[in-house]
Amino acid sequence: MPKYVVATVDEIPPGHRKVVEIARRSIGVFNVKGSFYAIRNKCPHAGGPMCEGVTSGLVRSDQPGVYDYVMRGEIIRCPWHGWEFEIATGQSWFDPAKTKVRAYPTSVEPGEILAKNPELQAAGYQPGPYAGETYEVEVDRDYVIINL
Amino acid sequence: MTTQQIERFARPEQWSGHPLIDTDVHINLPGLKTLFPYLAERWQDYITESGMGGLPSNLYPPNAPNMFLPGSKPEQGPPGSSLELLQAQLLDPWDLTYALVNCTYAVDSVHNDDLAAALARALNEWQLHEFLERDPRLRGAAVLPLQNPGFAAREVEWASQHSQFVQVTVPSRSREPLGRRAFWPIYEAAQRAGLVVGIQAGGLSGNPLTPVGWPTYFVEDYVDVPLAFQAQLLSLVTEGVFVQFPDLKMVTIEGGFTWLPALLWRFDKDWKGLRREVPWVDRPPSEIVRDHIRMTIAPLDHPDTPEFMLQVIDQLLCDEMLMFSTDYPQAHFDDPADALPHGLSDALLTKIMSGNALATYRLP
Repeated sequence: MPKYVVATVDEIPPGHRKVVEIARRSIGVFNVKGSFYAIRNKCPHAGGPMCEGVTSGLVRSDQPGVYDYVMRGEIIRCPWHGWEFEIATGQSWFDPAKTKVRAYPTSVEPGEILAKNPELQAAGYQPGPYAGETYEVEVDRDYVIINL
Repeated sequence: MTTQQIERFARPEQWSGHPLIDTDVHINLPGLKTLFPYLAERWQDYITESGMGGLPSNLYPPNAPNMFLPGSKPEQGPPGSSLELLQAQLLDPWDLTYALVNCTYAVDSVHNDDLAAALARALNEWQLHEFLERDPRLRGAAVLPLQNPGFAAREVEWASQHSQFVQVTVPSRSREPLGRRAFWPIYEAAQRAGLVVGIQAGGLSGNPLTPVGWPTYFVEDYVDVPLAFQAQLLSLVTEGVFVQFPDLKMVTIEGGFTWLPALLWRFDKDWKGLRREVPWVDRPPSEIVRDHIRMTIAPLDHPDTPEFMLQVIDQLLCDEMLMFSTDYPQAHFDDPADALPHGLSDALLTKIMSGNALATYRLP
């Protein structure tokens, strides 16, 4: 599962988003209450740029005139026709059986680990005693990763 | 009085052997004074002293040609005002199991709530004693003083105590959309009593007949009738009437039905994006309409290509909605066989002829 570094954490504060292009897909990365989520920027209904819509909540009701407002900030509404999707899962809430938008796993990793290429260590390699000449790079921040 | 059968106006032979229920038959008041035996002295004198001649109707110009079946007018009074003619011209020749009568006297045009309530009760008592109690095939629809929903709900409760009433009616052209919460006491009473709420074409709301103002010609009036019904269905569903009253059934009377599939396509589509505005509408509006709305079929549309009619009926996606009606004494068909669409399956034909009415109304 390829990983893509798409933003620094402080680039997307809570309630904000960043739309990125990865592997020829447009994907929206959202910070919802401190957690990062990524969903395809394409509404399954008519292909609208869903991640450009407003984030909002769901209004539920068991009885006319009674409003139960839940999941505030956790729902995206496509700007074209207003269809609602849960940002965390891509799940739709008007037609759950039929409609869903693609959601991608995300993670946040410190730059230091990214620079050390953790996959090599995970594969059992140990760093050798000899090293080539290196230059200082900025690795002191956390980065948002999308696993495509 | 001599009674007569109307030439060629009878149940077609090909429908023999099935029970038949006519869900829209009209009775008409001979005149306002007919109600005096059912009105308190205070209102009798009020009517006499003020010179009230009768309540207007905007449904049909009184002498519009071809509106009523020839021969349906008794020697005295308007068509539909004679029980004997109703029996001889409709109940007997059509071999009806039941006929549901409606009375479209314009109680809704009265601005005095107390007088409207008194007139509605008098009309309903007149209907009960002079029609319903005199022929066991007849069932009634109580007229409501819609201008005061509290009074109207009381009238629903009164009607519910008489087993001859199976329906209460409100006009399609109401002063505000029928889904509004102010009307809910009526629906609550109707649901409690197991009475159907019929929405009858017509009404003197004070609003123009169409959303673009007053039409010029009678033919416009007549063809515009479905507009009010469409607005009412949208209101009833979006306001959540059927969420609040899950057992309530409503019937559109004389409103047509061929316009319904297209309305529901649009309603479902736009609900998907706008449902958060009406979160109690928690399933596609088309499902709610199919569960709660029934429709009388007269006057029936007649496309030049008869198959189009069957396609529209298929597009309703529901076999439970349509109910046979003649709209007697109005003249809607030259040939009685045109009272039902041609080419229906036997199963659907049986439902339209009686099954759907039996499932909808409190009939034995």
